[in-house]
Amino acid sequence: MKKPDFHHALKIVREVCIGCTHCMNICPTEAIRVTNGKAVLIDNRCVDCGFCYRVCPVNAIIVEQDDFNRIFEYKTRVALVPSVMTGQFPDNITTRQIYSELMELGFTHVFEVEQGVEVLFEAMTEYLEKNSKTKPLISSFCPAIVRLIQVKFPALVDNIINLNPPLDISALYFREQLVDEGHDENDIGIFYITPCAAKIAAVKTPPGENDSPITGVINMNFIFNKVYTRIKQGTGDSCIVPDICSLSARSILWSLTNGESVHAGGRSMAVDEIHNVINFLEQLENEEIKDIDFLELRACDESCAGGVLTTANRFFTVERLKKRAARAVSDTEITDQEGKTGMFRHKEKLKKRMTVQPFEPRSMMKLDEDMSEALKKMKRVEEIGKCLPDVDCGACGSPNCRSFAEDIVQGYSKINQCVFVQRIFEKKGILSPEESINIMKGVWGNEKLDKNC
Amino acid sequence: MQFEYSIEGGNFSRAGYASSEVKKKLKQLNVDLQVIKRVVVALYEAEVNVVAHAYNGRMEVEIDKDKIKLALVDSGPGIPDIDKAMEEGYSTATPEVREMGFGAGMGLPNIKKNVDVLTINSVVGKGTTVQMITYI
Repeated sequence: MKKPDFHHALKIVREVCIGCTHCMNICPTEAIRVTNGKAVLIDNRCVDCGFCYRVCPVNAIIVEQDDFNRIFEYKTRVALVPSVMTGQFPDNITTRQIYSELMELGFTHVFEVEQGVEVLFEAMTEYLEKNSKTKPLISSFCPAIVRLIQVKFPALVDNIINLNPPLDISALYFREQLVDEGHDENDIGIFYITPCAAKIAAVKTPPGENDSPITGVINMNFIFNKVYTRIKQGTGDSCIVPDICSLSARSILWSLTNGESVHAGGRSMAVDEIHNVINFLEQLENEEIKDIDFLELRACDESCAGGVLTTANRFFTVERLKKRAARAVSDTEITDQEGKTGMFRHKEKLKKRMTVQPFEPRSMMKLDEDMSEALKKMKRVEEIGKCLPDVDCGACGSPNCRSFAEDIVQGYSKINQCVFVQRIFEKKGILSPEESINIMKGVWGNEKLDKNC
Repeated sequence: MQFEYSIEGGNFSRAGYASSEVKKKLKQLNVDLQVIKRVVVALYEAEVNVVAHAYNGRMEVEIDKDKIKLALVDSGPGIPDIDKAMEEGYSTATPEVREMGFGAGMGLPNIKKNVDVLTINSVVGKGTTVQMITYI
C-alpha cells in the first residue's frame, strides 16, 4: 500500500461495522470497499466529506477528534468557535450564555473564527482583481472541496485561490495577540470546535501549507452536548463572562451558502452539496460553463450549517445566523472599529502570511503512471466490463460494476466475486456452489453466509 | 483503445455526456492535464454541434500512446460552406438554440484552436464528419 497523502479524520471502527453497503454507495469519490465483512477506506481517494458518517446505520464511522482533556495541558486555553456553533442552540439561549459555558468547561478564552473574515475579505478582493484572468477563481474555504479538486479535477487546482480560510487567519492572529499580551507561546493551546471532518483533516495535514497554527480540534457535537446539558441543568449560574467581539453581518454569514459569493463581485456563484459540486465541476472542465469569475463551492448542503458534526437542523441554524446578522452592526462600522483596536490593525502583516503554497494535483483516477500500461489496463477493464451485469448491486464489495472491473485489473478483487458471474460459472461447471459461498465469505465474512435458512 | 458513443440530435440535456466519458478515460490513462483540457473543450464543442445541427450521430474515439483521434460522424443537413463555418461569429443556429446559450458561432474556430489536426468533410443533405487529432 502507498503511503497516504492525507490525514483522515474519518475512521471506520471494525468491531462495530456490520458490513453493509450504505457508506460505499454514497461515497462521492468511490473511496470505500467491503472486504472480510468490513468497510475499508482507500486513503488517497477520501476527501473527508463525511457523507459515509451520515449514512452509517450503526455509527461504525467516527470522526476522530483530540481528547478534550488535552486542553488542560495548556495554561492559555482558547476555544476557536465558528459562527454555526451558536446556530446549534434555540433562540432563547444567547451567544454570551453559550460562550460563558465554554469558559466554565475550562477554556480561558473564546474567540470566533469569523473574526478573520474582514481581513480575508480585503485580501480576497485584491486577489480577485489581480488574478481576474483566471476564470473562475475557486474559493479555498471548504477543505473537502479543495481535496475533491486535487483528486478528481486536478486540471482545476490552479483555479483555487491561494489564500488561507478565515480559520487559519484567526488562529494566527489570536496566537500573536496572546503572545503580545504576555502569554508564553508554548503555553497557548488553540482548539478549534469543528462542524465537519474535513476541517480536522485540513488542520492535521493542511492542503497548501506546512503547519497549522491550531493546536487541536474538538467535534462540535461533543461540545454542544456538554454545553447544552449544562444550560439545561442550570449548572452554569455563576458564569464567567467572555469578551465577545462583535462580528459584521458579512462575517456571521460567511460560512453559509452564498456567504462568500455575494461579496465577490463580478459573476459569482455558489454551489453546495458535494454531488452538485461534482456535476458542476464536470461541466466546468468541459467549458460547458464559462465566464464565471468566482465560485464558492461547499461540500455540505447549506454549507457549514449542514456540517456532519452539527446537531441542529441546518435550516434552523441558517435562520438563527440570519437573525444574528440582521442585528449586527454594518460591515463598514466593523472595519472602522476593528481598524482601531482589533485584527484589522494588523491586516498588512496578516495578509503577508495569508498566502498558501499552490495546491498540488493528486489525481486518483489514473490506472497507471505509465500510459502504455494504463492503456493495457483500460482494455482489460473494458473486456471485464462486458462480463459484468451492470446491476451495481455492490455484492462484490465494490460500489459498482465499473469500479469492480477496475479493482480486478488493479489486483484488488477477483471476477468470481460477482454473484452473476458465479451463476454463469456454476452453470458452466467451472465453479461449485460451495466455492461460491467461500468466495462470498471472503467479501462479507462468515456470519452472513452461515445462516440457517 | 477504441470507444464509440451515440449522439442524439436536438437533445441538449444529454449534450456533453460523451465528452465527459472520454474525459474520464483520458484521466485514467494519465494523459497530461493540459492535453486533456484542450481535447475535451474541442470534443464538447463538436458534440454540441452534432446535437444542435444534426439528426443523429456518433463519436468515435481512438487513443494510443502518441495521439488521440476523435471523429464525429453525423447524419444531418451538412455544411454548405466550410470556410465560412470556420469564421468566428458565423452561425446558422436557430433562435431557439441560441436562446439556450449555444450557437455563438465559435464552435469550429474553437475546435481548431484546441486540436493539432482538424479535417471536416461534409455533404449537403447527408451529413458531416469532423475529425480531430491531438498528439500527446
